[in-house]
Amino acid sequence: MKDAATRDAYGQALVELGADDPRIVVLDAGVSDSSRSKKFGDKYPDRFFNMGIAEADMVCTAAGLATTGKIPFATGFACFLLGRTMDQILVSVAYSNTNVKLVGTHTGLAVGEDGPSAQMIVDMAYMRAMPNMIVVQPADWEETVQATRALIDYEGPAYFRLGRPKVKGIFDSSYKFEIGKGRVVKKGSDLVIFATGIMVQESLVAMEKLAKENINVTLVNISTIKPIDREIITELATSHGAVITAEDHNYIGGLGDAVGEVLLDQQISVPFKRVAVNDQFAETGTGPELFEKYGLSANHIVQAVKNTLKLK
Amino acid sequence: MANPNITELEKKALELRKLALKIIYQAGSGHPGGSFSATDLMTALYFGGIMNYDASNPKDPKRDRFLLSKGHASGIYYSALAKAGYISESDLDSYRKINSERFLSGHGHPKTPGIEIASGSLGQGLSVAHGIALGTKLDGNDSKVYVILGDGELHEGQIWEAAMSADQFKTNNLIAIVDYNKVCQDNITKDLKDLEPLEDKWKAFNWDVHRIDGHNMEAIMNVLQLPLHPEKPRVIIADTIKGKGVSFMEGQTAWHGVAPSAEDYEKALKELV
Repeated sequence: MKDAATRDAYGQALVELGADDPRIVVLDAGVSDSSRSKKFGDKYPDRFFNMGIAEADMVCTAAGLATTGKIPFATGFACFLLGRTMDQILVSVAYSNTNVKLVGTHTGLAVGEDGPSAQMIVDMAYMRAMPNMIVVQPADWEETVQATRALIDYEGPAYFRLGRPKVKGIFDSSYKFEIGKGRVVKKGSDLVIFATGIMVQESLVAMEKLAKENINVTLVNISTIKPIDREIITELATSHGAVITAEDHNYIGGLGDAVGEVLLDQQISVPFKRVAVNDQFAETGTGPELFEKYGLSANHIVQAVKNTLKLK
Repeated sequence: MANPNITELEKKALELRKLALKIIYQAGSGHPGGSFSATDLMTALYFGGIMNYDASNPKDPKRDRFLLSKGHASGIYYSALAKAGYISESDLDSYRKINSERFLSGHGHPKTPGIEIASGSLGQGLSVAHGIALGTKLDGNDSKVYVILGDGELHEGQIWEAAMSADQFKTNNLIAIVDYNKVCQDNITKDLKDLEPLEDKWKAFNWDVHRIDGHNMEAIMNVLQLPLHPEKPRVIIADTIKGKGVSFMEGQTAWHGVAPSAEDYEKALKELV
């Protein structure tokens, strides 16, 4: 298990996977040193297109490359990769159903000091709402490497949500990532947490605290936010009778809503709370400081679990 | 390919205009003005031996590509695809109709054979065409990628992002054609937002710039037959007339996005001879 940022794992995975697969091409919007796509560019300059600070052009260029059988990874800071290109993604990627992988790094409040214009908290809402699009957010190094490979094998548009800060290694090589499948990270009985991305790590910290008070919860890593794993949500929500979701994203349109939709569709009425950004812009500060102030830290998860259990 | 007879191409263009007008009339909606301004350019590309394509093998990786970035001119696009054999002329009856088997939507989509990418949002086609051109270069074949842009479309900033990119990557197999019909939906282009000096703009972006009369078939064929520039992408600014071929449509903003009435249709057909 390796402690590292998911963007680092992505950069490394591209280099390794690119060696055997000439279909893989990588584009960046002038931030390749930060997004880590530069690693691929240094190794395979012919298959690397740095489009400069021009996200709209990058997304459509990627779509064009895809029509020639390439597998383009269009990479950039999530704020601008998606924020400037909803129309380009909608028409040239989603509607055209081109095999483009959109890779947004620097997501959520975890970005920290660059402030709200650089903290992407609406991306899952954007991308979940788009027909043909899938949304994947890995939790650690191992999962990022496996998910990068899976996205190459998956034919169709995808959004890959990555983070800036180092996160703890959670999975070893026995882990098996599969698009559309949630995975139980730890088994408990009192309540089930569905977490994604950096919030898997945060949930594990919360669970240690809860265990000291004899509260034992189950943690499920939901790395495919769309299509969501309806089966595991239905089964574990029913068996545990109380549900928490945890995501570094606005509470509207992300994991919480995706899980809530399953509960509603399946007529599962259980106590349910979302740990997420409370529909507001944050501020500058370190990631951990922002997590504490804006409701995403392990302490907030602990509190949410306790509050939810009271409703059980 | 043999150099086709200019008169034959002009006849073909006339047929295409009639077909486009018919399907727009049948559909009861569509964009005749921008279809007619692009007709002669598309006639040359598809029927003048310019593009290398095989309608029975629309996904042939070695094919030349065509993109209609100004996707609202779908009336002429589908008409050309039908005459070229990608779809049948009877398919055209479903243009803009529900349950269209060939997906002949108001704006093109790759579900229709011969169409590379969806359109309908202006400004995206040059970037997509550039991506295709880069991809075919990686594959080591010499496919050319042609994209027709509207003049109003040049208001979109993304066009100029793509113009910079194609220069940066020296994508010389990319050929953009500006259907400069001088008329947008709202107003004449000059009064909406003037593009001039247009040649200078493209030159400043380091493109190989040509300007022609976009309704002179000989001029169109001559420019399209030029060998590729050794490193620059090419833009052909084609001066055209919106609604070309039907006197009461020519140069009229009003004919941007409306289908003719039965009476206007009959009147127009009399002129398309």
